[in-house]
Amino acid sequence: METLERFIAEHPFFAGLESYYTGLLVGCASNVRFEKGTSIFKEGGDANEFYLIRAGKVALELIEPHRRPIVISTLSEGEILGWSWLLPPYQWKFNAHALEETRAIALDGKCLRTKCEQNHDLGYELLKRVAQIMERRLEATSLQLLDVYAAR
Amino acid sequence: MPVSSTGAACIEVERVKENAPKVLDASRLASLIEALRRRGYEVIGPTVRDGAIVFDHIESAEELPAGWTDEQAPGHYRLKRRQDQAVFGYAVGPQSWKKYLHPADVRLWSAERQKGTFRILNNETRPKRPLAFLGVRACDLAAIAVQDRVLTGDRYRDPVYSSWRDGAFLVAVQCTQAAETCFCASMGTGPRAQQGFDLALTELVDNSGHRFLLQAGSDRGVELLAELETLPATEETLRQEEAAVETAARQQVRSIDTTGIKDLLYENFEHPRWDHVAARCLTCANCTMVCPTCFCTTVEDISDVTGDHAERWRRWDSCFTMSFSYIHGGSVRATAKARYRQWMTHKLASWIDQFGSSGCVGCGRCITWCPVGIDITEEARAIRETGSHGNT
Amino acid sequence: MAALATILEKTDPMLPQPYVVRQVGKETPDTFGLTLEPEDGASGTAFRPGQFSMLWVFGVGELPISISGDPSDSGRLVYTVRSVGKATNALVSREVGDGIGVRGPYGTGWPVEEARGRDVIIVAGGIGLAPLRPVIYEVLNNRKDYGRLVLLYGARSPRDVLYRKELAAWARHRETQVLTTVDYGGLSWKGHVGVVTTLFKYARLQPARSVAMLCGPEIMMRFVTRELEVHGLSRDNIYVSMERNMKCAVGFCGHCQYGPHFICKDGPVFPYERIRPLLEKYEL
Repeated sequence: METLERFIAEHPFFAGLESYYTGLLVGCASNVRFEKGTSIFKEGGDANEFYLIRAGKVALELIEPHRRPIVISTLSEGEILGWSWLLPPYQWKFNAHALEETRAIALDGKCLRTKCEQNHDLGYELLKRVAQIMERRLEATSLQLLDVYAAR
Repeated sequence: MPVSSTGAACIEVERVKENAPKVLDASRLASLIEALRRRGYEVIGPTVRDGAIVFDHIESAEELPAGWTDEQAPGHYRLKRRQDQAVFGYAVGPQSWKKYLHPADVRLWSAERQKGTFRILNNETRPKRPLAFLGVRACDLAAIAVQDRVLTGDRYRDPVYSSWRDGAFLVAVQCTQAAETCFCASMGTGPRAQQGFDLALTELVDNSGHRFLLQAGSDRGVELLAELETLPATEETLRQEEAAVETAARQQVRSIDTTGIKDLLYENFEHPRWDHVAARCLTCANCTMVCPTCFCTTVEDISDVTGDHAERWRRWDSCFTMSFSYIHGGSVRATAKARYRQWMTHKLASWIDQFGSSGCVGCGRCITWCPVGIDITEEARAIRETGSHGNT
Repeated sequence: MAALATILEKTDPMLPQPYVVRQVGKETPDTFGLTLEPEDGASGTAFRPGQFSMLWVFGVGELPISISGDPSDSGRLVYTVRSVGKATNALVSREVGDGIGVRGPYGTGWPVEEARGRDVIIVAGGIGLAPLRPVIYEVLNNRKDYGRLVLLYGARSPRDVLYRKELAAWARHRETQVLTTVDYGGLSWKGHVGVVTTLFKYARLQPARSVAMLCGPEIMMRFVTRELEVHGLSRDNIYVSMERNMKCAVGFCGHCQYGPHFICKDGPVFPYERIRPLLEKYEL
């Protein structure tokens, strides 16, 4: 338990979070490991986890019929994976698979939601952090959409 | 030191005496042209052609526009008969001296294919004879000084410009009347030509007769003036001349307030006036063609049918064309708004950062020759009156 | 510098010098490497990283192309040309032994002298890596004169990644971090996917002792400068390379004006602080 709590506290996503809250979160946490090439989640599946990546590399992919999967983003150490657990209908929007052996802390989605409902201060801290990452990814996606390197 | 400085002072006194203003009777104007030709200059001066006063090769004084004047207004130019036989009794025509110093079309070089590679052949843009410009107005003289800085003042010298400019003899003509489109007084460039000429001439037609007051501005000018049959200028003539040039300043109805104009335009990049002017601007590029300081060019590579002979031509270009700002992906300045803004902001603002002076000399040609009569002085005023100023 | 300027002033800046193609090869499906040597076998042309040449193809036209070779190898000029139009197509279709007219080098260079003793952060997008490659050579040739080298490189897709072998080789140098990302990945791509700004998470930066050099599409550079500022780099330690239409390369033709600047002679490399207010202006 102590090491899990330390992992959570040390992960950049939770930087600056009071230890009281990390204490609350640890009850939802477990250590996970994905072998290179294994699937972490699939589009449409129940989004029950929130991952804090500790090491490795994960690809977020979109599948289109008759096309090879398109990797839209890769995520590595210090980043988070998945926020579909936060918002209804709690289903994954992408596929994720481990490009390398990946270690992470998995926080149970339902557990997190319950804790956030019970303690809105914790919920606010969590949402603030997720919002920041959403904003960054939105910006990156806009830039990606511009296809700035394309021949015109 | 004391001895030599006294000597220098003596020479200086001698110079001043030599350089005293002289009066040349109008009937002897031909002798000035002849003196220039004798010295090996090809004389270029004003002449009437196609309903306008243009610059061309001048053989004799008869070719000058005696008895003509011009009527100018936004989008309007007409030649009219004068009451007198004044030779320089007009303001400025559509052409400026850049026609000669910075020609509209120049072959930079030609090349021949040789066994997979090529050989550059010598270019033939160099003048055979040096040019003498007769009738350079103060605004145009200022424009030549501006182009000197642009094309020869930095690390590289434009060899075409230099080859025409270096030996050129400039005969300025002081303005004694202004067109409705003139605003040189506000730009600090005229109406009196103060420097940069070899010889300056003021035409006077009054009760005392038709004559020219001549003033040398260089050693070459002093020498040439000495060859002419002249009379010393009387105090009265000098007073009359002074008054005549003042008239040209007083007559000016247009002006640009240049106070802080650089920051004014930089700060008003998003002013709605740019949309207003863009709605009228045809992006025809006339203003840039007639502007005596606009220097932009493009290059064109041509080859003959055999493909063994190639030439590179340099031609006047304009920031009003779409292709001017084209980079892979499209034109940077795709709208008329952006292109007019670029032209005017460059002329009145960024030119100051680039070359230490305004790019506008107040000749008014862009106003006269704009087919829809866009007036740069009016545009500048509109921005000053309604735009943001600094932090206030 | 003074001596160089004098020589240039004496010669006609519009006359191309005859060079010969020594090598031409495909880098990516649309981008080619081009190696030129002086036709007369003379010693070639010295250049500073970041400078460009005007390359002329007989009867077709002339183009500004950044020099992408090693500045310590003055015997030849190396370019990386993306074929996107008539003139670039003609350029990359040359064969070994063909003649090409070269003018230059022109323009300001990257601040490689000022960067000595400091970390160098290079952020490149697409073909923008080409004008920065001489900086990488310069740093690696004089490894002890510089601190860490961090290269963040973004390309469109895996097949558009330039200098693949070199990227791997550079990464093996000490104190050197090379991160490559693509906007659109495939399954065989094992690198990062995401725009170049997403690489900052993995970069080991020491902002207080770093100089950053950026080249790529303007939008990309705007995002990157913001990212660098967030990471604590001061604006006066950021340099960017700009592009505009160019005909003469010596300040006469007027095409490359960018506000008060001429990209050809005041740039193409500018201190970011100097042009920051201009970068956000539309249709400047």
